Amino acid sequence: MALTGLFLITFITLHLAINLLTMVSKDAFNEASHFMATNPLIQVMQYVLAAGFLIHIVMGINLTLKNKSARPEKYAYNRPSANSGFSSRSMIITGMLVLVFLVLHLRDYFVELKFGDMNGFDNDYDLVVTLFGMWYYTLIYVLAFIALGIHLNHGFQSAFQSMGANHSRYTPLIKKLGAVYCVIIAAGFSAIAIFHFVNA
Amino acid sequence: MNLTLKIYRQDGPNAKGRMETYQVADISEHMSFLEMLDVLNEQLVAKGEEPVAFDHDCREGICGMCSLYINGEAHGPDRGVTTCQLHMRKFKDGDTIYIEPWRSKAFPVVKDLVVDRSSFDRIMAAGGFVSVNTSGNTQDANAIPIPKTDADKAFDAATCIGCGACVATCKNASAMLFVSAKVSQLALLPQGKVERTHRVLNMVERMDKEGFGNCTNTGACEVECPKGISLENIARMNREYLKASLTADKD
Ligand code: HEM
Ligand code: SF4
Ligand code: FES
Repeated sequence: MALTGLFLITFITLHLAINLLTMVSKDAFNEASHFMATNPLIQVMQYVLAAGFLIHIVMGINLTLKNKSARPEKYAYNRPSANSGFSSRSMIITGMLVLVFLVLHLRDYFVELKFGDMNGFDNDYDLVVTLFGMWYYTLIYVLAFIALGIHLNHGFQSAFQSMGANHSRYTPLIKKLGAVYCVIIAAGFSAIAIFHFVNA
Repeated sequence: MNLTLKIYRQDGPNAKGRMETYQVADISEHMSFLEMLDVLNEQLVAKGEEPVAFDHDCREGICGMCSLYINGEAHGPDRGVTTCQLHMRKFKDGDTIYIEPWRSKAFPVVKDLVVDRSSFDRIMAAGGFVSVNTSGNTQDANAIPIPKTDADKAFDAATCIGCGACVATCKNASAMLFVSAKVSQLALLPQGKVERTHRVLNMVERMDKEGFGNCTNTGACEVECPKGISLENIARMNREYLKASLTADKD
């Protein structure tokens, strides 16, 4: 979980950086998008990324099922909020929300860009930005990234602990970094969607 | 104070359980939680009913026998205490208190609030020890220099009393805090380092076989642990395990 999680974190950070270009310049984004679509290394990484997602999702679901079965009889009265955070208790739910979004996202962008007729557009930028003109698309997009933000609020620091990286000097820093990072991801992607919705 | 108690009752290991409601009156705020239950049981016995079975022994927070899930929290609402150390002044007159046994596949209910925690014993038997030659010429442990920080960390880990509150609290019923405390306590000291590789592999294997869940780092165990065992121990065990799985000889 930790290895695939950190791998996905690297990916999503790069993805955000490229998407931010759409707010700066149309040409810059088209160029970056073209590079990602043609560079041979990136082509190979595409398959690694798909595998990373798949492993992460399958392991996550398997983990959740196994953990549920470790307590067949539930408590009549339980107060989990007294001792643990909401993000850490809702990983499978936020993960599933991200997954639903992922399917939608792949259909509308990845498939169109790679295999489709680009919805009739002649460049990547127009295809990407036009969809944000629809309010419900922007709303789904923002909600999905809030879910991912919550997922990462726990996931970022959890991945370090899972790998045994806990140290009195660095762990407080990692936790702060994770809290800032998840806000950057959620706010960054949301800002892009809202920016294009407003400008549409 | 007067209280309403909602207590889980189960007649035997295979019987079906139920929640029962009881009233207790004139409970002193200076009583411990177990003394309050003693009052209830005296009432039940006087009425010719079956008293509520619950585990206890030392009643001073050192044996780890007492094990009640009180109002949705292991060992109740107070921090850093066992159920026997919980005072009734933490509750108010008129309160309703839910009392349940630890819930985990690896801790089956024996009767009422008593669970079978021998899965912990089997984990210990799988590696939670050092093999010392007791032929009469054992070296004095104090003759081995140990860094103060390591000694302190080992001691902190060794304060785990094996109560199982960590398992009871964890949403995954994971035993990682307990097992990691035992692994750490030994892995930090020279006498324990000798067997560290197989110890961690065997104890984790046993833990998984017993049916405990997996750690997802929610941190609930650390909050509810009566001895303040730290999550650092879980990270240390993850490191020990990673290293051992990569380097252990084939057997
Ligand atoms: C870009 C997308 C995603 C990123 C960056 C991400 C990141 C992470 C990270 C860093 C962890 C912590 C790993 C650990 O503690 O060892 C994690 C755990 C997890 N993820 Fe994801 N994840 C993503 C998508 C998903 C999806 C689509 C699912 C769908 C089921 C999912 C389900 C889970 C589950 C169940 C866990 C572990 C449960 C837990 O710790 O309580 N994740 N994720
Ligand atoms: S780690 Fe804490 S909660 Fe778990 S068994 Fe030891 S003393 Fe009890
Ligand atoms: S009875 Fe011994 S710790 Fe509570």
